[in-house]
Amino acid sequence: MVHLTINGIPVEVEEGTTILEAARKINIDIPTLCFLKDINEVGDCRMCVVEVEGNRGFATACIQKVAEGMVVKTSTPAVIEARKIVLDLILSNHDRECLTCTRNGTCELQKLAQEFYVDEIKYQGSRNRHKIDDISPSIVRDFNKCILCRRCVATCKNVQGIGAIDCVNRGFESCISTVENKSLNDVNCTFCGQCIEACPVGALKEKDSTEIVWSKLRDEDTYVVVQTAPAVRAALGEEFGMPIGTNVTGKMVSALKHLGFDKVFDTNTGADFTIIEEGNEFLERFKNNGVLPMITSCSPGWVKYIEMNYPELIPHLSSCKSPHQMFGALIKTYFAEKEKIDPAKIFVVSVMPCIAKKFERTRDDMQGAGYDDVDAVLTTRELARMIKQAHINFVDLEDSKFDSPMGEATGAGAIFGVTGGVMEAALRTVQEKVTGNAFEKLEYESIRGMDGIKRAEVDMNGTKVKVVVASGLKNAQIIMEEIKSGKADYQFVEIMACPGGCIMGGGQPIRTSKERSTIDIRGKRASALYSIDEKSIIRKSHENPVVKKIYEEYLGEPGGHKAHELLHTTYVKREKYNLGE
Amino acid sequence: MKTLEEIDEIRKIKRQELDLRVNTAADTREKHILVCHGTGCTSSKSVDILNNFRNIIKEKNIQNVRVIQTGCFGLCAKGPIVIIRPEDVFYAMVKPSDCEEIIEKHIQNGEIVERLLCKDVDNKKVKQLDELNFYKKQKRIALKNCGIIDPENIDEYIAFDGYKALEKVLKEMTPEDVIGVISDSGLRGRGGAGFPTGKKWALTRQATGDQKYVVCNADEGDPGAFMDRSILEGDPHCVVEAMMIAGYAIGANKGYIYVRAEYPIAVERFQKAIDSAKEYGILGKNIWNTGFDFDLEVRLGAGAFVCGEETALLESIEGKRGQPRLKPPFPANEGLWGKPTLINNVETYANITKIILNGADWYSSIGTENSKGTKVFALGGNVNNVGLVEVPMGVTLREIVYDIGGGIPNGRDFKAAQTGGPSGGCIPKEHLDTPIDYESLKSIGSMMGSGGLIVMDDTKCMVNLAKFYLGFTVDESCGKCTPCRIGTKRMYELLEKITEGKGEEGDIEKLERLAVSIQKASICGLGQSAPNPVLSTLKYFREEYREHVSLKQCSAGECKAMMKLTIIPELCKGCGLCKRNCPVGAISGEVRKTSCYR
Repeated sequence: MVHLTINGIPVEVEEGTTILEAARKINIDIPTLCFLKDINEVGDCRMCVVEVEGNRGFATACIQKVAEGMVVKTSTPAVIEARKIVLDLILSNHDRECLTCTRNGTCELQKLAQEFYVDEIKYQGSRNRHKIDDISPSIVRDFNKCILCRRCVATCKNVQGIGAIDCVNRGFESCISTVENKSLNDVNCTFCGQCIEACPVGALKEKDSTEIVWSKLRDEDTYVVVQTAPAVRAALGEEFGMPIGTNVTGKMVSALKHLGFDKVFDTNTGADFTIIEEGNEFLERFKNNGVLPMITSCSPGWVKYIEMNYPELIPHLSSCKSPHQMFGALIKTYFAEKEKIDPAKIFVVSVMPCIAKKFERTRDDMQGAGYDDVDAVLTTRELARMIKQAHINFVDLEDSKFDSPMGEATGAGAIFGVTGGVMEAALRTVQEKVTGNAFEKLEYESIRGMDGIKRAEVDMNGTKVKVVVASGLKNAQIIMEEIKSGKADYQFVEIMACPGGCIMGGGQPIRTSKERSTIDIRGKRASALYSIDEKSIIRKSHENPVVKKIYEEYLGEPGGHKAHELLHTTYVKREKYNLGE
Repeated sequence: MKTLEEIDEIRKIKRQELDLRVNTAADTREKHILVCHGTGCTSSKSVDILNNFRNIIKEKNIQNVRVIQTGCFGLCAKGPIVIIRPEDVFYAMVKPSDCEEIIEKHIQNGEIVERLLCKDVDNKKVKQLDELNFYKKQKRIALKNCGIIDPENIDEYIAFDGYKALEKVLKEMTPEDVIGVISDSGLRGRGGAGFPTGKKWALTRQATGDQKYVVCNADEGDPGAFMDRSILEGDPHCVVEAMMIAGYAIGANKGYIYVRAEYPIAVERFQKAIDSAKEYGILGKNIWNTGFDFDLEVRLGAGAFVCGEETALLESIEGKRGQPRLKPPFPANEGLWGKPTLINNVETYANITKIILNGADWYSSIGTENSKGTKVFALGGNVNNVGLVEVPMGVTLREIVYDIGGGIPNGRDFKAAQTGGPSGGCIPKEHLDTPIDYESLKSIGSMMGSGGLIVMDDTKCMVNLAKFYLGFTVDESCGKCTPCRIGTKRMYELLEKITEGKGEEGDIEKLERLAVSIQKASICGLGQSAPNPVLSTLKYFREEYREHVSLKQCSAGECKAMMKLTIIPELCKGCGLCKRNCPVGAISGEVRKTSCYR
């Protein structure tokens, strides 16, 4: 243990603790901007400077470790003055159009400006001007708002192992850029959107789809169907000040009905279809010496990653579409036929925790019925925005149920939103199919939890099936290298682009750096989904009556001709960089 | 591969042969024509001079004369410099066309070419280098071999005690002994901050690590500074040898020298030095059967000033963007690739072999109480003798400027001197008698820095000077931390405003406030010292700032925006030249008829 004093108060902390952590222990907060625990620990912004007795300059509280006998002062006039000047300088080179900024109210810089009572920018001067990059279907970069904290750069490089962006130029001209300052659309970006989650300001955001959705809702000729991904319900409440991990399924459905959607369906049902198809595909490959290990394909950021980085491993990828794409195709075929609606007039909106889904929607071979399976993708944040625009008092809404006939889902579908969930759902079905036994215990503990890579072995009538679950693209890379080098001794792999799975997707509510380092956000959101599963009466996809019925009435056999046409897709080798023109 | 005995043999023979280089009474029939091949003289055609000499000698079939390229003699203002040994006659500002005359008169007939002799500032012609006032107060330790040996010839280095210190260290001393001697000598880092070298070595030795590195910082970036370049160009082997001694002392077997690519001659000579040391088996495995291995590599810098900051330099060697790391951890514990690393500056290394050979007591007898030894300065600006000088610590600025530098040209007055380049501060007239050492310079708001010393006369505007240095920092800031990235820019903008005559009341205080915060809050030395030129000029020349802001006047006359031209009617001849030349038609009047008015 190390002993120090902070503002005269004796503190005892473990060795290796930072000054920031030690201060928080005694309820002294030190402001930070560039700091993201374990991801961006560089001390660039200088907001966290503190005085340490004996030091010539200020110490960097976010990363400097405590030492025995250290005397720290966190709020001397000199420290406050320095922080105020740092803030003033950042603001002097920042596009301060806060009222029209997507992060108005959730901006970490804005909050600090408020706390430090910045009522005037004292050091005005020239500003850097950048062109806004809004070419990609997923991400908009507005670097007139960038404060060069580099949380996005570190996230892209250290968490995802991509490095699509980095700092270029020097001094005042420094900016975050891509190769040759290309649009994110033309470089090795996977559209995972983790950079947006990392951004403390409004320099990075999703491409807005609320406008198009509002316009379709206004149009009486259009039949607007909405479906919501599992992870959305575990986080949407946060946008309305509800505790992290609150399950708001019922309120969400009510809100969507208020907004005027003609039908509100559950993508969890789509997930059940995915399990049937993917499980079937796996068994086919397993029995017939197909390409193994088979890798899941529901995470579009991951799919783009493998297409760009490991095209030679594409045969390992399941040909199954992701749940919302499958579900969109079924809405425009089965549902349209049943309800006698012209599919051309149906507009399918997916509410997703993900911004890569916006890109996925535009991929080739995502038009199962001859129409786009999905017409617009809203992120959790965008849905919250629409609810706020409609002035719906979300927190006090009564619960509603998803619409029939495609609103019933299983617990297996719900856990799709968390890392390991797809694998667990698949195993529930596959293991039962192979062994013929109905299992009592449905929790596969070894593939639960927030480890980046989880490995397990499942017994299927004496045959051992080894499975791997990875989340975060840096971990995906490890698995890809194992497969490439022939070291993979497993047969089934689940990969999610975002660390922790969809609950931590790039379209989810953005939490501050402090929340990210002090609250177990992943765990709380995950437990919301696990508890939905636990409380579900039906917890295996193949037991979903809606799924069974649609196979019987419409699709035929899993993996059959019709199922293939509607529920499966193809992949392409993608160049990492489009350096043409 | 050469054994120690063979190297010793080379030393004996060569020393005898080269005695004429240092001994005017040497027993020899030979003459050596030494031509400076430093960057300064090279750019004034010393390569042509060398070739001309060689061609003429060949054509005329003259015997017993050798033409040798050397490193910098120091008096760059008078370059290209040619010296004839053993008589030590010194010719200044030699042109390639002068070679013929020098050969015919001097070499063949023993007559001195009077017209090429150097004039001292008192207009007295001098024959020998040592007669110049410029050299009288100098003491050459780091530059000992510069201008004496051919830097590309390892034998010449060996002749003058080269690799003898290494031999002593490997054969007779433990690493602790070596560190003890360096500590006792009182040597401090010559890169600018003045950290005790022995302590740095000891810390790196104590650090645990399976691999350790020795790094030489040769990324000399201060505008107008060329001490390190001259050492590398004139005596590269002394740095190789010192890095090996450092490697032995701290337990490293690998070294890197980080040189800026803008120093092509230095890079080439250092690489040659490495190659010939390898050829002789001095660098490599199991050197002289002592079990000590050492390998050395050159890494080129791409010209970013910040890469002279030790942690940014390490990042750059690792192939990353040159940005500083936060300290602690210090490189001694976590340096190159996370391993314990010793980083010293070129000049620091250049002192090592001499300390080992002559002892700590000898070294610590030179200099002041807390600053031992000598310091090399690149003397520049408004001073007669521009060049490279090495002086014992403790000489005063007045001695450097007036005795060595020969005073201020054109009869102007001394106004201030800037030490430490963009990181340093100005020293005004009232501190001319300050002894040059780490503490004294710091106490008057400047710093030793790496050794740039720019003298300014009374035509220089100090606000403009501060703006110049700030402009440099703004360009060279890496952009990592906020105070340096945006703060220096804002300071520059304020100075721009003031020098353009647009300054407002309160601007000076704003500038000062920002400067203090940048000093304390920046990550690395670049940002922490960037405001120094502003703070020190504010300290000593605050009135000049006030004059700019309140009166919109620049007495020194440098700030063009505030210049006011008036025509004195009594003197005007009505020639019309001014009217014709004014680009904006601000002058009216008729030629020869009347006075013109602005």
